[in-house]
Amino acid sequence: MSSFSSKTTVSDLPAEPLSGNNPNSSKVPAPLFHRVVIVLIDALREDFVFGSKGQQYMPYTQHLVERGSSHSFVAKARPPTVTMPRIKALTTGSIPGFVDVVMNLNSPVLLEDNLLWQAKAAGKRIIFYGDDTWVRLFPKHFMEYDGTTSFFVSDYTEVDKNVTRHLDSTLNRDDWDILILHYLGLDHIGHLSGPHSSLIGPKLLEMDDILKKIHSSLTSREMEGSLPNLLVLCGDHGMSETGSHGGSSDPEINTPLVLISSAFKRKVDMEKPGTVAQVDVLPTLALALGLPISRNSVGCLIQPVFEHTSLRDQLRFLHLNSFQLNCLLKDSTPNFQKEEGYDQFHLAEKSHANWMKLYLEGNTSEVLSNLGRKLLRQYLGALKAMSSTLSKQLGKYDMYSMIVGMVLVLQVLLVLILAMPEALSHPAEVEIPLYSSLLSLPFYMLWLLCCSIHVLVCTSAESSCYLCNLSWGLVLAAITTISAMLCVLLSMAGRKLASGAKTGTKNTNGSGFSELDMLLLTGTAGNVISLGSSSFVEEEHQTWYFLINTLCLAIFQDVCRKYFRERKNYSDDSSYLVSKEDLPVLLSPISGQGSQKWLALSTPLLTLACCRLLRSLNQTGVQWAHLPDMSHWLNSWEHKAELSVLSAASLVLIFFLVQKRCSLVSKIALALGLLGVYSYRAAVGNVLFPWQLASRDISKGTVEARFVYIFVLGILFTGSKDLLRSQVITADSWLKCRGLWEVYSGIVLLCAILLRPHNLPVLACSLLIQTAMAQYIWKELQYDAAQTSIIHYWFGQAFFYFQGNSNNIATVDISAGFVGLESYVAIPAIFLTAFSTYSGPLLWACHLVCYLSSAQDSRHPASLGHGCYCFALLRSIPTVVYIILVTALRYHLFIWSVFSPKLLYEAMHTLVATVVCIFFTAMDQNHIAQS
Amino acid sequence: MRDVEINIKGMVSAHTIIAFSIFIATLMPHFFVENYSVYGTHLAWLYSVSGSVAVVNITIFWLLGISPPTKKHTLSYKVSRLVKSCLHFVASCLFFHLVLVLYGATLLEAPLETFSLAVLLSCFTTLRCLCALGPNVQAWIRVFSRDGAMSIWDTCLQITTAGTLIGTWLGAFPIPLDWDRPWQAWPISCSLGATFGFLMGLLVAPGWIYWHRKQLTYKCK
Repeated sequence: MSSFSSKTTVSDLPAEPLSGNNPNSSKVPAPLFHRVVIVLIDALREDFVFGSKGQQYMPYTQHLVERGSSHSFVAKARPPTVTMPRIKALTTGSIPGFVDVVMNLNSPVLLEDNLLWQAKAAGKRIIFYGDDTWVRLFPKHFMEYDGTTSFFVSDYTEVDKNVTRHLDSTLNRDDWDILILHYLGLDHIGHLSGPHSSLIGPKLLEMDDILKKIHSSLTSREMEGSLPNLLVLCGDHGMSETGSHGGSSDPEINTPLVLISSAFKRKVDMEKPGTVAQVDVLPTLALALGLPISRNSVGCLIQPVFEHTSLRDQLRFLHLNSFQLNCLLKDSTPNFQKEEGYDQFHLAEKSHANWMKLYLEGNTSEVLSNLGRKLLRQYLGALKAMSSTLSKQLGKYDMYSMIVGMVLVLQVLLVLILAMPEALSHPAEVEIPLYSSLLSLPFYMLWLLCCSIHVLVCTSAESSCYLCNLSWGLVLAAITTISAMLCVLLSMAGRKLASGAKTGTKNTNGSGFSELDMLLLTGTAGNVISLGSSSFVEEEHQTWYFLINTLCLAIFQDVCRKYFRERKNYSDDSSYLVSKEDLPVLLSPISGQGSQKWLALSTPLLTLACCRLLRSLNQTGVQWAHLPDMSHWLNSWEHKAELSVLSAASLVLIFFLVQKRCSLVSKIALALGLLGVYSYRAAVGNVLFPWQLASRDISKGTVEARFVYIFVLGILFTGSKDLLRSQVITADSWLKCRGLWEVYSGIVLLCAILLRPHNLPVLACSLLIQTAMAQYIWKELQYDAAQTSIIHYWFGQAFFYFQGNSNNIATVDISAGFVGLESYVAIPAIFLTAFSTYSGPLLWACHLVCYLSSAQDSRHPASLGHGCYCFALLRSIPTVVYIILVTALRYHLFIWSVFSPKLLYEAMHTLVATVVCIFFTAMDQNHIAQS
Repeated sequence: MRDVEINIKGMVSAHTIIAFSIFIATLMPHFFVENYSVYGTHLAWLYSVSGSVAVVNITIFWLLGISPPTKKHTLSYKVSRLVKSCLHFVASCLFFHLVLVLYGATLLEAPLETFSLAVLLSCFTTLRCLCALGPNVQAWIRVFSRDGAMSIWDTCLQITTAGTLIGTWLGAFPIPLDWDRPWQAWPISCSLGATFGFLMGLLVAPGWIYWHRKQLTYKCK
């Protein structure tokens, strides 16, 4: 949009089209309704009102929809189906982008032209009760308000009581014009237990009662002669089959929209509700209230709502709406004359003028009304055309900033790749010629060139550009980075070429790849390529499960090869004897090797079995997400006992797997912490306490959760104390190892409290696989640091999805952000949510650090460095390729629904990986200092 | 060297016959099954191909006399070998079924489809091994370990088995795509992948052996 904060005013409204002069026609259309009550129910799905659930639980609303004087529609929301962008869409009529998802947590004041501003400017008094996102968006617009916080997901009764408690007194007062109620309870129930939970019914009944109360109060207070009142029931977004939202599936985007007023014709029969866009609500409400339509609205009015008015008024409303869209079209499209809607509008405007002339002449014939109806259709066609053009081209891209960002990430990736031979060499040290390039002439020339390009682009650009709006300091820093990186790249490449020419043909070690290496490389490359397809992004978990399975089978084959070929040596069938060179070194039969062998053989099989079970624990993705899975079964009311046993068993398993490498104090702390995790889940009501007599009230479990946090911090503290001591004072590798494992167990404990109880087996299985693999596979088969890192990365990815995540915003479990908090506190909530979402990759990365540093010895002195390098490379390649892919696919149909959420995930994952790499480097300092 | 070339000629003709039998098996059910199509009545196609490949393989290996020399010629020994082979075949079907389930095939839904695919894979891989090597696990391990091949038939087994498995593996890739094509249904893409992989293996094996006949110095008996 060209200007964000400018508003339409009444004086901007066009006059009624008229050929000839008629002074009395430019008046603002009068409002159609006296009072408006908007009841917005968060996550109200279309079938909760119009479907079978509606029949069962919302009898009054259903009656109004079927028989009453009402209009009902299915309003389609645009992805991202998250509350704040939806509120923006409802109040401004524009289509907010994906950045608003991130902003959802921290909504700033809405400066765009919006309905509430217009209403306030027109002197309407607005009262608001409900989600405090509104209060943050519109801080000065309400005459009276009471915001409830939307983030405490486990509370679904208090939030709504806090809204309803004001209702009776407000309805009896006469000093307001618009009342907005935003109920959050239904959304919270959805997040907690899904759309088929037993809690949904009572909640819908409660909402139905509220609607009944409001409707009867509105009708009883309607006075003879005054305008009728309007009651609007709508949802901001729907709810997916798992109870969350954010994506673009049908149940998430289809919301009900019911307009109830005595002005409408009473319906005789149930009709199938028509489909409108959510942004259409704004022009409809604005015109019905006699307000100017907000500037950036792309909606077109819902015509049936105005059916009861005279033809002249209807045409006037349509004219106002299409005039506004036409202005927007002119502002936002360079060659708007070529658009289909533009011509249609001007044609309609012309015939409107002719019609008005006839009308004012007192012509009341059939011909005139037929002509008017034709004109109506013409206007509607123009509106549709303009609205669709506008919503299509709203995705304007700031190509300059995008290219600059792309160049930066590409440079980093190229530096990483060019450094590969050195980074994987024995000392694992890369020399980056930063100072020499900073002092070189090309650097300054490049710098000047970039500056001039920047100035040139910014002065010639018409649309707003992120980089051009940045302060000069930041821009100069970016330009310096780009030119310095380019010089570094050039000098590195030059060095490589020179050394390549020197060594010449010596570099022919291409034959050193085993099958496992081949698999690891093709798998990584295949995954990166698959990100170009929307289906593979949606179903990325399938890719990882598939790769993990193949990896386990390949490892199994490796193990078999090792142990079975050894045995052949002493088998008497000498005809099968193969040359001895390629046999493993282990030739002497050791006692106890038998059990070792079988354990090693069973490890990949155990991993396979675990992966198969975990795979059916959480169905994620899009195509098969609706299939029943174990987590649904476990979370249903009647299987609480099973869930309790499962989570208790997992916690015990976690304890036994983690404790053996900790000090005694940490062991005790860990045991108490895990006990605390169970009692927290019992307090919250997820699991049962065996010795609990009466059913206790469900609390927020703050005390229990904080109890666990204390132990987490304690373990982390002892761990980092050991680490610091080993780093600074003694340089003792044993102490360092113990410190690392303690930090690791602290992280495990934090995961245990944050993950939902049905996901505790995921944690237990990941620990089991890590222990078994470290013990019997990686060491025994002598996998090098690079192979181990790639395997860790793959497992980390698979466990990200095992835990129920997907590349869709909807699956982020925000309830983790409230563990142990009384109310929403931004920073801890974001940290905890991110931690629990990325707990899989994080745990595996931490295990990699621990494993590599405990395996680091004289034979492999640089394994930590190798691991860190591989990890960084593994994360950067998909990110960079994905950024380029997304830029290329920016006009793809699914860019907003599939690709951009994935980009958010990638960015967040890269952030997590950066933290891990810093941890790696810190751990590696010791080794560098020694050498 | 002459010996190898003659053997390769035999292999080419044998592979042509097997490939042709797959082709015939694809067409034949037209006359017996109503509304037959490879996608629509996939299982019919699958059984027909597995059956014909099995029969043709057994006949060819028997006629060419590649089967391992039996030490004894008593009837009971032969019968016990046959029974053993059958058991191995069933075990391999179950093994493939297990692997498919591990790869994510549903355990309870469509078990017949999964098992049919397992039978097809067994026909393409295990059956040929049984024909060429007999029910001798040691020999199998030798053939499928690195540098373990001792005759061109061993190499051929390696190539066709690898071709089948890689074909099946690649065949799973289109399943998550949202194209809603009939061949994306389980297990059509995988069984087609397996068949194409097998055919590729049949095609590639003689050529590969021919080109590498100098390097392939089999440590023959």
